[in-house]
Amino acid sequence: MSGFWNLWVMGLVTANLVFVGWLLYATSTGKKDDQPAGPETTGHTWDGDLKEYNNPLPRWWLNVFYASIAFAIVYLVMFPGFGNFKGLLGWSSVGQWQHQKADADAIVAREFAKFDGKSIAELSTDPGALRIAKNLFAANCSACHGSDAHGGKGFPNLTNPNLSWGRSQDAIVATISGGRQGVMPAWQDALGADGVVQVANYVYALSGRTAPDPQAAAAGAGKFAAVCAACHGADGKGNPLLGAPNLADEYWIYGSSLQTIEETVSHGRQNQMPAWGDLLGEQRVKLLAGYIYSLAPPSAAN
Amino acid sequence: MQPAETYNDTVVRQFALMTIVWGIVGMLVGVIIASQLLFPALNFDIAWLSYGRLRPLHTNAVIFAFGGSALFATSYYIVQRTCHTRLFAGKLASFTFWGWQAIIVAAAITLPLGITSGKEYAELEWPIDLAIAVVWVAYAIVFLGTLVQRKVKHIYVANWFFAAFIITVAVLHIVNSAEIPVSLWKSYSVYPGVVDAMVQWWYGHNAVGFFLTAGFLGIMYYFVPKQAGRPVYSYRLSVVHFWALISVYMWAGPHHLIYTTLPDWAQSLGMIFSLILIAPSWGGMINGIMTLSGAWHKLRTDPILKFLIVSLSFYGMSTFEGPMMSIKTVNALSHYTDWTIGHVHSGALGWVAMVSIGALYALVPRLYGQTEMYSKRLIDIHFWTMTIGVVLYVASMWISGVMQGLMWRATNADGTLTYTFVEALKQTYPFYAVRLLGGLLVFGGMFIMAYNVWKTITADKASTAEQPVPAPAH
Repeated sequence: MSGFWNLWVMGLVTANLVFVGWLLYATSTGKKDDQPAGPETTGHTWDGDLKEYNNPLPRWWLNVFYASIAFAIVYLVMFPGFGNFKGLLGWSSVGQWQHQKADADAIVAREFAKFDGKSIAELSTDPGALRIAKNLFAANCSACHGSDAHGGKGFPNLTNPNLSWGRSQDAIVATISGGRQGVMPAWQDALGADGVVQVANYVYALSGRTAPDPQAAAAGAGKFAAVCAACHGADGKGNPLLGAPNLADEYWIYGSSLQTIEETVSHGRQNQMPAWGDLLGEQRVKLLAGYIYSLAPPSAAN
Repeated sequence: MQPAETYNDTVVRQFALMTIVWGIVGMLVGVIIASQLLFPALNFDIAWLSYGRLRPLHTNAVIFAFGGSALFATSYYIVQRTCHTRLFAGKLASFTFWGWQAIIVAAAITLPLGITSGKEYAELEWPIDLAIAVVWVAYAIVFLGTLVQRKVKHIYVANWFFAAFIITVAVLHIVNSAEIPVSLWKSYSVYPGVVDAMVQWWYGHNAVGFFLTAGFLGIMYYFVPKQAGRPVYSYRLSVVHFWALISVYMWAGPHHLIYTTLPDWAQSLGMIFSLILIAPSWGGMINGIMTLSGAWHKLRTDPILKFLIVSLSFYGMSTFEGPMMSIKTVNALSHYTDWTIGHVHSGALGWVAMVSIGALYALVPRLYGQTEMYSKRLIDIHFWTMTIGVVLYVASMWISGVMQGLMWRATNADGTLTYTFVEALKQTYPFYAVRLLGGLLVFGGMFIMAYNVWKTITADKASTAEQPVPAPAH
């Protein structure tokens, strides 16, 4: 705070505490003969029968009041609050957070030391590492990917052997640490309404299904090769380097219906996986990667 | 001979009856959103019925429609009786009634449509904010004008509280609603970032302190001594707790922003002044409850007094609980949990609604030329229905709130969280069911009241003839 606002805050705090203190002192220390033995009203009457006694302030109540003011003063001496004065204890909420963070990091360093030097593949079969990783997944990942990692519309199923950005040990770590930004462009202007239907039918059939409109699918083959193959590959099996999904397997991030595919081709898709590296730190990310790796190890995929 | 001056009770009757109507409406919406938390499908996939839109409708309806109408009704009644004069500017008073009702209807339309400024307890958009400012200034003119033309020298304590509430709410509303319109139904706050948050909670907590506390203490200071037939316990206590309350409340807002990006000094001031608030708040409770000394036996036979005294007990509990929750270490556990919801309803149902209902049971017969409500037994049944409902509500939210706080922070030896958010949510379900049951009891009680009031005002002996102003005693 600037000099003026500092003094302003100090002045207001002091004025209010002094005012309340004075109010209490002045009303509780009247001359004894001001306080009659028996209750007596103030002599005023309103609306027929409304009157007021003038009983003294209850002693215990006064003490509670004084104690709370005393506490406030002591607190302002010890902790930040009185304008720019930082308090004698040197406490700050940021400092408290740093302290707690350091404690938590020390626990992680101790508990995670036994996993140092292990590869992601090794961690994926280590029961101790998996137990911790499942907790981390439940707390940080399950909101989007589901508590069983099966995902949902727009949120990839992590038990799928094909992940858009790859599921090699390094790719999983990179995805968790740095996040991913998946962008599929909108093609409706380039392809036209008929073109979208044709390409969608072609893509529908890539996973071994019969296209709803085989003629359109056949017409879409050329367009797919010209427009889509650049990212998804000539065979539609995707490209993890670009995050282009495999269109020839049975898994669909947004859904497998012709309508959904048409929607994707027409309008494109934007998807984002946040970066967790800074928040979780390298050791936690490695354990999480081990857990993801364990959900569909390479032997299961091929 | 000049005809004797009479009281203007028409506007009081209007506001009193609408208090009951808006109470039922506001609590109905509360019951609906409590059910939605238990059964999310109850929004029927209709945007207008989604939780995020109905929740501000619930808070606005119970605070400003139900609570606001109760304050208008009682303040207009009390200021006339204790000033021994007719309400100042009768037409302006009538304008405050129709204006306030129009604002409530506008809120009930715009909030479900998703039109909101996004500020809690100040969600209404700028055209409605302007209308509130106009009606509120009219209210201040009527109330303060009546005070000025009083026939007694001394201003009765209830009127100090009403005056403080009216003046402060005007300042709070105008400062917090400073916004730049970008279209007819959208505006943005003029304050940036954390300053906006601080202004919002300066408003928000003083809405509690002045709208929901000072105003209702005004009600208490008239109806408790009237109903008990005893003088107020201590004049000097009322002086001390009034000035302490209104000066210290101003600082309490930052306790809504503990452990946020608000600077540490502001958080600390919010906390220490909240703690200083315990005694001034309890001053009101002591003055109310001790007024009954020498007349405790009346509690056995008078259910209206039961409402008033239990409301003061809830007031005492809430005003102890609030300062405790503002302590940083306690707040770290309680914030963002259902404990806050329990605390708010201990104040809003236990204190605000109960004192209003007690006051209405005393007020309605007098507004219709009678001495008693149609059925005392129904008041008693309402009292027990509501008390049990509030206790179920508050206790379930306390337990679930503390449980949530503990589950969210629990960690394993390896530093990972013990519970996921969903696990804590699952554990909360039984308490949501108990809360709904409590809410239903409170809501049901309002129908008992509506029936009782209906029978009272439609009785053969009911009369709305204007009552003469008696000569003041001094």
